[in-house]
Order: sequence, then C-alpha cells, then structure tokens
Amino acid sequence: MKSGKFWAWLVFALGAAYFFIPLIATVEFSMRMRRGEYSFDAYKVVLGDARFQATFGYSVLAAVFTIILGVLIVVPAAYWIRLRLPQLRPIVEFITLLPLVIPAIVIVFGYIRMYGSNSPLPFLATDTGTNALLVIGYATLALPYMYRAVDTGLRTIDVRTLTEAAQILGAGWGTIITRVILPNVLIAVLSGAFLTFAIVIGEFTMASLLNRPAFGPYLQNIGANRAYEPAALAIIAFAITWGCMSLIQILSRFAPRSANRPN
Amino acid sequence: MTDISLSDHAVTGKTAPPAEARSMRLPTQWLGVAPFFIFAIMFLILPTLYLMLGAFQNDAGEFTLENIAALAQPSIVAAYWISIKISLASSLIGAFAGLAIAIAIVRGGLPDWIRSATLTFSGVASNFAGVPLAFAFLATLGRLGLATVILNTVFGLNIYAHGFNILSFWGLTLTYVYFQIPLMVVIIVPAIDGLKKEWGEAAATLGATMSQYWRMVVIPVIWPSFLGTVILLFANAFGAIATAYALTGSSLNIVPILLYAQIRGDVLHNAHLGYAIAFGMIVITGLANVFYIWFRTRSERWLK
Repeated sequence: MKSGKFWAWLVFALGAAYFFIPLIATVEFSMRMRRGEYSFDAYKVVLGDARFQATFGYSVLAAVFTIILGVLIVVPAAYWIRLRLPQLRPIVEFITLLPLVIPAIVIVFGYIRMYGSNSPLPFLATDTGTNALLVIGYATLALPYMYRAVDTGLRTIDVRTLTEAAQILGAGWGTIITRVILPNVLIAVLSGAFLTFAIVIGEFTMASLLNRPAFGPYLQNIGANRAYEPAALAIIAFAITWGCMSLIQILSRFAPRSANRPN
Repeated sequence: MTDISLSDHAVTGKTAPPAEARSMRLPTQWLGVAPFFIFAIMFLILPTLYLMLGAFQNDAGEFTLENIAALAQPSIVAAYWISIKISLASSLIGAFAGLAIAIAIVRGGLPDWIRSATLTFSGVASNFAGVPLAFAFLATLGRLGLATVILNTVFGLNIYAHGFNILSFWGLTLTYVYFQIPLMVVIIVPAIDGLKKEWGEAAATLGATMSQYWRMVVIPVIWPSFLGTVILLFANAFGAIATAYALTGSSLNIVPILLYAQIRGDVLHNAHLGYAIAFGMIVITGLANVFYIWFRTRSERWLK
C-alpha cells in the first residue's frame, strides 16, 4: 500500500508539473515587456487597446444571444420530451451529439455555401444576417452541453406532477414553462449558460470564416503580430474560463440533489 | 439508458389520455419540439448534407466520384495522414496520462482536497483550448519560452538544437495533450468511482492476488469506457483548428487548416474538392463516434 501511495504522488506531481509549467511560463512571459524588470505593461497595453474592448464586447454580446437562443430551443424541447414524447428521446439525443461529430469548420463551411447572398435564405447578404448566423452557429456548438445540462436539471424535478398541478390551477403552457419549469431548472440552465460562454468567448473558426470582428480572430491577429501581449491575453482567457467553471461549481451547490425518480 | 425510456413508457402508458383524444391533439403535441427540430434541420443537418452531396457532384451538378478520387493527391493525403497521426498520438498520450492521474486521485490514497482540486482544474483545462492555449505553449516551449530557456541555461540542453520545434508534429501533440488529459480525467473518474468495493472484496475472498484483481476485474470493466473516451479524444483533436492555426500559421498542413485555406481562398482551385475534404473529415469523426457510442453502451451495463 505504501508503494501505491508513492506512485500516486509521483503521478500527481508529474501531472501538476505538466499543467502548471505552461501557466507559470505564460505569466512570466507576459510580464517581460519592460526590459530588465517585471511589469504589467503587456496587460495595460492589451486592456487599453480599443480593438480589444470592441472585439471582447462583440463576443460577450454574441455569447449572450447564443445563450438566449440555446435556452429557447432546448428548454421547451427537453421539457416536452420528458412530458409527452419520450419516444423521441433517442433521436433528439443523437442530434444533440452531432456537433461533436461534425467539426465546427465543416458546419460553418456548409453555412457559407447554403446561406450565401444568392441563396433563398441570404443570411450572408447583410451584416445583421451574418451576425445572426454566427449566433446560430455558436448555438449548434453549445447544443450538446446545453441539452445535457437542461435534461439533467429536468431529471431532478417531477415534471409531470408540476405540470398537472399548474394545469389544475389554470395555468397555460406559456405560464407553465416560464413560471414553473424554468425556475426549477434555472440552476441547470445557468450551468449550461456559463459553459456556453466559456466555449463561445474565444471561438476562432466560425467567427473568422464569417469575417466577424470577434475576440477569437482578434486573439489570432495579436498572436501573429506581437510578442508579449499574446501571453497576457492567454492569462486573461484562462481567468475567464476559470471564472465560468467556478460559477458552475458554485451553482451546483444550490442545485436540488434528490431525484424524484431513479436515474 | 434503456431503463429510463422503459420507465417513461410505463408512466406514459398509465396516465396518457385515450387514443382518440391523443390523435386529435397531434399537431400541438409536436409544437413543443418543433423549434428544436427546425433549428437542427436548418442549421445542422441540411448544411452538412449539402456539403456531403456536393462532394459527389461536379460544377454542372452531375453525379461524379472525381472529387473523392482527387483526395488521393499527395498533398491532401499528407494532410490527412499528419492530422490522423497528431490526433492518434495526442489522444493515446492524453488517455493513458489521464487514466494514470484519475487512478492516482481516486484510488491512490491521496488527500481528498487533491481529488476535488484536480477535478476542478480538469474542468477548466479541458475547456482551455483554441488560440490562448497556443500562446501559452509558445511562451513555454517557443524559442524564447521559459522552459526552453531554463533547459538551455540551467541544464545545458538546447532542445531546438536537438531538432525540437513547437511548430511540428511533437510540438502540436504536446500542446493538444493539455486539453486531452483533463478531458480524459473528467470522463474516466466516474467510471473508476463506479468500481464497487465489493468486487475487490469478492475477488480477495476468492483468493485473487492484486494483479489478478486488476487484470480480471478492473481492466475489463473500465476498458470500454476507456476505449470510448480515446475515440472521443481523437475526434476532438481531429476537428480542432484554432490552436494549430495560432501556433503554426499554415506551416503545418493538417486537414482543418487545409480546409480553412480552401474556404478562404479556394487554394485547391476546385470548390467541390473542398466539399470532398469536408466529407472526408465527417467520415473519419463519424466512424470514430460510432465506435464511441458502441463502447459507451457496452460500458454502461456495468457502471450503473
């Protein structure tokens, strides 16, 4: 048993080294901008850059719209499948897994060819349309995570009883979804939302191929042209991802633990 | 999974309205799921089908296998080959390292806080991909990176003189492993948790040695989950582009970068060849996922 513990520590130490050395190196590199001493100059330059603010703002907005779209699509579907159409579950689960099978670059390639300015649905003809298409693309990328989060949330409440109780009290479908079901799965929805945010905020492929002024292409551009700023941006991006994941963990403490039904 | 749908069926059967009432309400039945299906068909299935059909058409819209045949040209084959090599290497390294870490934190007798800290960090690192990850590795193992400099000045080892380059197969593989290992940890820890203590006790009662317990109980139970996750990691690496593009520009010609260049500027001078490349990517990740789902359903039998 003693030697087992030794191996466990060794594996853990090696893993920790592999994961922390790049982080330390990036922090160190990002502070090297001023010759001969450590400083936060690279961060000042990055945060003060008007393009950073503009692209970051754009991506935050895109993420918010993605989350709204994702919730509008996923919550009613997941609810309805639990309530009335359980026979559709395998099909819906299969569809929500597709974005893991089809690479993002292929999906956006399809959009460019299908929704070009000469097509019946010319999304790409206008700026607004292209922005909408980017949000739609992001919603497909987030679909597997959003669906799983919401479905797990629905699993912990008794959808049928809640719905019937609301119906007895005279609630319509809109009221049931927005005032009974959604508040009950709010924590699950928020977990999905933060994960979506983490995925979308620095996304490069779709934004770049749709020529959107988003944060991902900006990052790539800085990486190709600057020395110290990319390291600072990497630390900022890591902090954002960390923030999203911490929020999900904090939220999960408030989630109802007991399931009314097995599984 | 089958159990859930069965119990749902049972519930539905008990409380569903009579058949006539149900058939009258059929249109509203579908209303709840309609947005989801319309969205999925318009923005996921049709665009993909469009490309897949385009791969089998020429400019005049006639059926042809020429585009698929044209994939055999050396530059495209080389792109697929290096993509497959990088995905395979990073998924295997990620899988074994991830498994070792998972076993260490679940079964190694380490303090509890290490387990939860590792899981939290894995959640973050598995989502820390794309362009920023490339920056982090350039700052570490680039020509002026901290690890490169320290290895050179303290240990006198100039890795670049020994043929290492961050803009190469090994450089990219080492970078991809940064999100592959945590993904493996996140997925495999529940599987290792699912190994029941009673199995170990039962094996011990029957006189099994530690190595027999591992060889005949642990490995067969974890194996499908493990193999399934390897495949998921493979698909994950195969479709990724942002990290590679930010790291190497277009100097390392992997398939997603080739396709990216084709979409931007038709570098292959044949639009339908681009469709064929996309088709090839879907076939490879699709096959990988078929295996994944197959292994997954096999492993779920044991890990309830």
